[in-house]
Amino acid sequence: MRRALIPFVEAVLPFVVVGILWQAFALLGPFPPRLFPGVETIFSTFVRLVAKGILPIHALSTLLRLILAFSLAGLLGVALGIIMGRYRWAEDFFLPLTSIGNPIPGLAYAPLFVLWFGLGNLPAVLLVAFAAAFPIVLNTWTGVKAVKEIWIRAAQAMGAQDRQLFWKVVLPGALPYVLTGLRLGLARAWRVLVAVEMLTSVRLGLGWLIFGAREFLNTDVMLAGIAVIGLVGFLLEKLVFQKLEQLTLVRWGMMEA
Amino acid sequence: MHQIELRNIALEYASTENHVTALQDVSFSVEASEFLCVVGQSGCGKTTMLNIVAGFLKPTKGEILIGGKAVTGKGLDRGVVFQDFAQLFPWRTAQRNVEFGLEMKGISKEERAEIALRFLKLVNLEKFARSYPHELSGGMQQRVAIARALAYNPAVLLMDEPFAALDALTREEMQRFLVDVWRETKKTVIYVTHNVAEAVYLADRIIVFSPHPGTVKAQVKIALPRPRDTLSVEFLNYQKEVVYHIVERK
Repeated sequence: MRRALIPFVEAVLPFVVVGILWQAFALLGPFPPRLFPGVETIFSTFVRLVAKGILPIHALSTLLRLILAFSLAGLLGVALGIIMGRYRWAEDFFLPLTSIGNPIPGLAYAPLFVLWFGLGNLPAVLLVAFAAAFPIVLNTWTGVKAVKEIWIRAAQAMGAQDRQLFWKVVLPGALPYVLTGLRLGLARAWRVLVAVEMLTSVRLGLGWLIFGAREFLNTDVMLAGIAVIGLVGFLLEKLVFQKLEQLTLVRWGMMEA
Repeated sequence: MHQIELRNIALEYASTENHVTALQDVSFSVEASEFLCVVGQSGCGKTTMLNIVAGFLKPTKGEILIGGKAVTGKGLDRGVVFQDFAQLFPWRTAQRNVEFGLEMKGISKEERAEIALRFLKLVNLEKFARSYPHELSGGMQQRVAIARALAYNPAVLLMDEPFAALDALTREEMQRFLVDVWRETKKTVIYVTHNVAEAVYLADRIIVFSPHPGTVKAQVKIALPRPRDTLSVEFLNYQKEVVYHIVERK
């Protein structure tokens, strides 16, 4: 029982410390409570917003947009990465473009996308997909390049044709990199999305909730929204990607547990 | 008719600066169910020769006949086992690795499983059918690789120093084991190694390669009954003879 408790305490401790410091600053610091609410206010606002269904509906809208944008980025990104890894001309053509494009923050394009696609969901989803695709393309390309020559030889010796080679050797062989790319892409998508929601005036969404709360100085709502963003991002990482890795790479010994 | 026949095989790499002849005028044949070992110093072209027989490389001259027919590319009539443990697919269990060649042949799932299990049994690994390669020791992984190369029933087994990366004790065990498997399956084997004792232990006949350019230098028939006593005078004499061919100057 005690042994099981220790990791839990270790995990929670940093948050408790920050909470105490926060509370001390809220009580003793220079900001009025309206601008710097205490932990209890943030918590009660959080509970109230969840109970009223406000936070869930905003979080859900953001998640839906994320799923849409990420699926788009994942499909196109993995496909392009594979084509680049397999065909020399595609590599020569797309690698310089993606290498230059990758470090540009997705948000830099936001005003352009708004001008092109108007306000609302369309520019938000397109921009997020665009931004998230870069790490997916680059990592998938690396993965295809990193497939061991000896797997290809062994498979060819056993009569594998190009098609079978691709589906049964290249794709699983590149999977460690593809998963890394998807994970980076998802993290990027999540960050860009929240910011984009502030700029494209979607009706519902965590970004918009925070941005809208500014009008009424609702700092507690902003902070509750931020907490949800952190929580959802964390859960996506833990529940989706760690599970996926456990089931594949760790089980196959292609990655340390 | 010979099971395998190499006729005047040559391989030249031509680059702008220099011209390298990796193999020159390599001719030899292997009979059905014969165990042939190819030995020589590193760089003598023995692995290159094996890669040509496997179809991974194209010779610049000469031809290869298998079962009397000229072959150019890779084919299911030849199974290949490499030195590198990484040759197994880490995302497939031992059984699914062994099934790979059968899958390429389009054999049904049930039949595949049955054949794979039979060959895993042949290499004493039926209990590990569901294990992934990283869960197996190096020796076990090489046994899976052998089972995988045998499962789709090629007439010829090509082996490139499959036990070189194993520790000495495991290597000896694997050599004994390979002789058993070979006697049971009656495959024609070309086995490349730089380990002379291993070659004398395994082979019906040994071909010695010499480098610059790689070519066949000598042949030694090993007329010893199996299982062979590696400490007998005859065994050591054969070893001496082969080593003599390797180090002797042209």
